[in-house]
Amino acid sequence: MSYYFAIVGTQDNPLFEHEFGTSKQGGDGMSRFNEAARHMNQFILHSSLDIVEEVQWGTGHMYLRHVDKFFNNFISCYITAGNTKFLLLHQPMTPNSAAAASSRASTSIAANPTSPQTEEAVRNFFVEVYENWVKTIMNPFYRVNMEVRSPVFRQRVAAAGRKYL
Amino acid sequence: MSNMTPSKGKEQPGLRYPSNGKTIYHRPLNRSKTSELSQASFAYLFSEMVGYASKRIESIQDLEKRLNTQGHPIGLKLLDLLLHREPARTQMRPLNIISLLHLIKQQLWTHLFGRAADGLEKSSDPARPDEYMIIDNEPLVNRYISVPRDMSQLNCAAFVAGIIEGVCDGSAFPARVTAHSVGKQQAAPAAADGGEEGGEGKEMWPGRTVFLVKFAPEVLERESFLGKG
Repeated sequence: MSYYFAIVGTQDNPLFEHEFGTSKQGGDGMSRFNEAARHMNQFILHSSLDIVEEVQWGTGHMYLRHVDKFFNNFISCYITAGNTKFLLLHQPMTPNSAAAASSRASTSIAANPTSPQTEEAVRNFFVEVYENWVKTIMNPFYRVNMEVRSPVFRQRVAAAGRKYL
Repeated sequence: MSNMTPSKGKEQPGLRYPSNGKTIYHRPLNRSKTSELSQASFAYLFSEMVGYASKRIESIQDLEKRLNTQGHPIGLKLLDLLLHREPARTQMRPLNIISLLHLIKQQLWTHLFGRAADGLEKSSDPARPDEYMIIDNEPLVNRYISVPRDMSQLNCAAFVAGIIEGVCDGSAFPARVTAHSVGKQQAAPAAADGGEEGGEGKEMWPGRTVFLVKFAPEVLERESFLGKG
């Protein structure tokens, strides 16, 4: 499973992005996106913003679960009080690479992007990122829609990814 | 801020860590019990803020606008902080005007001033359905402020109005918020004072301040649309 995580500001401007792979079931935490299609990730992620804007007024929850799907790419969203969106694109293994990786349990979160276990894992990931996000915006020098460049923030996001996904 | 001195080791060029190695990310977000600030130090700081804002202004509106601008980013930040501190089950983004104003009246006010706001009213004028009023009988920010006679229109709670405006803007309810004194004899703003206990309250609370929240038309449009659906 490969993940692409992005934080999108209130004007649909990207503030932060991070790419990683699963660390569960002996994954090495490296993403395995197809090189030829990797640049599409940003498009796929941003195209789901339309759906997010519809869904966000239907529920007061911050975690909007799984909002969009594009072929083999699944997109989950978490929306903060300040209307910043956390978007996570997850791409399960393609069948042949999954076969190469051999005996993976079919219940693992890597294999079932829409299962309740996966949704819960993604929620935990988002909640942890949100905590660090609030710390970021509490910085008196941070203004809304500013890009986040802190290496500590990136470490924290990577750690949350290793922990839950 | 005092621990922002750069560390001596040069592990990461270009990035300066505090000497104890703790960045903003290492601090907990939940406040400890004894986190109240001294009111005297706040009053001192606030008087400097007002003094700073009143330099080279052309009108009272100008000064209030500057105070408003100072408060705005605070509102944006507090919105996320307050929601983060809510227990997970009640952690809901405000979806309509009422829940947003309730959040301001309860959580925001309690966080800032240690008590809820004294009132929340909708404009009684049917021509202004976009106006709401948050009432504070004794704004903390105005406690040690005496407004000179020639600036009688000024209400320094414009700073608090800016915070409210930040919360509204941040949660996608763009609004304009202004602070008005209604305690004195001066005419209340056109839409204000819809409550029935107006006359009696005025004498009791000379510093009574009404925060007039005027939402943008698109908010009302969305509100009516969501109400149906």
